Amino acid sequence: MDMNATTSPSISLIELSPWDLSLASLLVLLLAGLSWRLRLGVERRVLIAAVRSAVQLTLVGLVLKLLFAQTSLPLIGLMALVMLSVAGFEVMQRQTRRFGGLWGYGIGALSMFLSSFSVTLLALTVVIGVDPWYQPQYLIPLLGMLLGNTMSGVAIALDNLTRHAWDARGQIEARLLAGQDWEQAVEHIRREALRSGLIPIINAMGTAGLVSLPGMMTGQILAGSPPMEAAKYQLLIMFLIAAGTGLGSMAAVWMGSRRLFDERQRLRLDRLTQAR
Amino acid sequence: MASLRLDGLAHRTLAPVDLALAAGEQVFVSGPSGSGKSLLLRAIADLDPHQGEVWLGTEARSQMAPPLWRRQVGLLPAESFWWAETVGAHLPLIQSSSADAERLSGWLAGLGFEPDVLDWSVTRLSTGERQRLALVRLLAQTPEALLLDEATANLDPGNRDRVETLVEAYRHEQAAAVLWVSHDPEQRQRLGGRRFIIRTGRLELEPETGWT
Repeated sequence: MDMNATTSPSISLIELSPWDLSLASLLVLLLAGLSWRLRLGVERRVLIAAVRSAVQLTLVGLVLKLLFAQTSLPLIGLMALVMLSVAGFEVMQRQTRRFGGLWGYGIGALSMFLSSFSVTLLALTVVIGVDPWYQPQYLIPLLGMLLGNTMSGVAIALDNLTRHAWDARGQIEARLLAGQDWEQAVEHIRREALRSGLIPIINAMGTAGLVSLPGMMTGQILAGSPPMEAAKYQLLIMFLIAAGTGLGSMAAVWMGSRRLFDERQRLRLDRLTQAR
Repeated sequence: MASLRLDGLAHRTLAPVDLALAAGEQVFVSGPSGSGKSLLLRAIADLDPHQGEVWLGTEARSQMAPPLWRRQVGLLPAESFWWAETVGAHLPLIQSSSADAERLSGWLAGLGFEPDVLDWSVTRLSTGERQRLALVRLLAQTPEALLLDEATANLDPGNRDRVETLVEAYRHEQAAAVLWVSHDPEQRQRLGGRRFIIRTGRLELEPETGWT
């Protein structure tokens, strides 16, 4: 193990050498070997995922290095846009029954944009008070964490909404026939979808620190921050994530359920397409 | 109370239909399965995208809010669906006044139910019970026209007669236009009224087959 500490003024971080990383990667190779030996059939996927993560993280590291050196708003905006569009694609991929056409992508991407970007902006300007507000060392990690978590919430909530609307078609139409308007007719499905989107972050808040140390806090402690400072930042992030996930899921469920009905309040399941 | 008029109503498998039912009139539609009988009723209730206009009395459907339209032009689907826990929870409006409650228990008795059926859990009901109670649920929204899709298909003769009697009573009492989709030729003859058949995507007057 390389024990050269960096000589930065206040924090001490042990730099990882390529040799350290290749030692760790041996563990992944071992896992792949075991998978082959035990005929689990996931060795290819393990290796591909490992290579992908190595390439992606190296690239991001390089891009961030560039961004941090420049602090140029257009470049940071471009980065944020790339992150959002990948997240939108990911949300679409996770839908069993997704909306056809642009809606399949748009509902997820738009609700994540509304929630993640506004919450990040709020945190940067009002809560943390970064100057300038778009300083990439703060903006990119914050936005990344918010997008990542909002993405899960939105994907789960939307998937829940469309799958249950499909299954409960008879009930929804019976409610319409009884003279209920579209919002009453999907009320129960909407509530269930929203709840399912919020459960992960609620659970994460409830067990934070007891079962595992959240990733960001771990990172800060490894980087040499005092534990209390790390805890405060982690708390801030959790609150932001909870708000972002909640707002994002609500926006997605609202737009999605609206799209399930047309202007004559008919249930339009033909607007959903089955994935694969 | 009001007549029901279809004006160029067409869906995927049905050529445009013009059909007028006077207030209190009853009309039958039959046809092979898959000919689009149920889709015709769904189109009238405005559940699927389609072309054409429907008039209830002098009111055009397109000028009316969809929930109001569906309350007034009541569709009884072939399969009934229930969304709440108990039977009674599906009928919140009716139990408000004592006159309504009396009417409701009259309908329930007419179909062979005690008033306590309202407290029953929906999961407890048999298919036939669901079908009969779905009719009560529909009448409780006091529709001005009835669209009945195979309303008696799963019922034994005794219960079939009860349903027919109740529909007849409601039709006379409310002067409601009633459009039946029915497979049963005897039912069509027993109840009387104009008879139509859907053949190769068109709605035609059924030729008289002679009375038995």
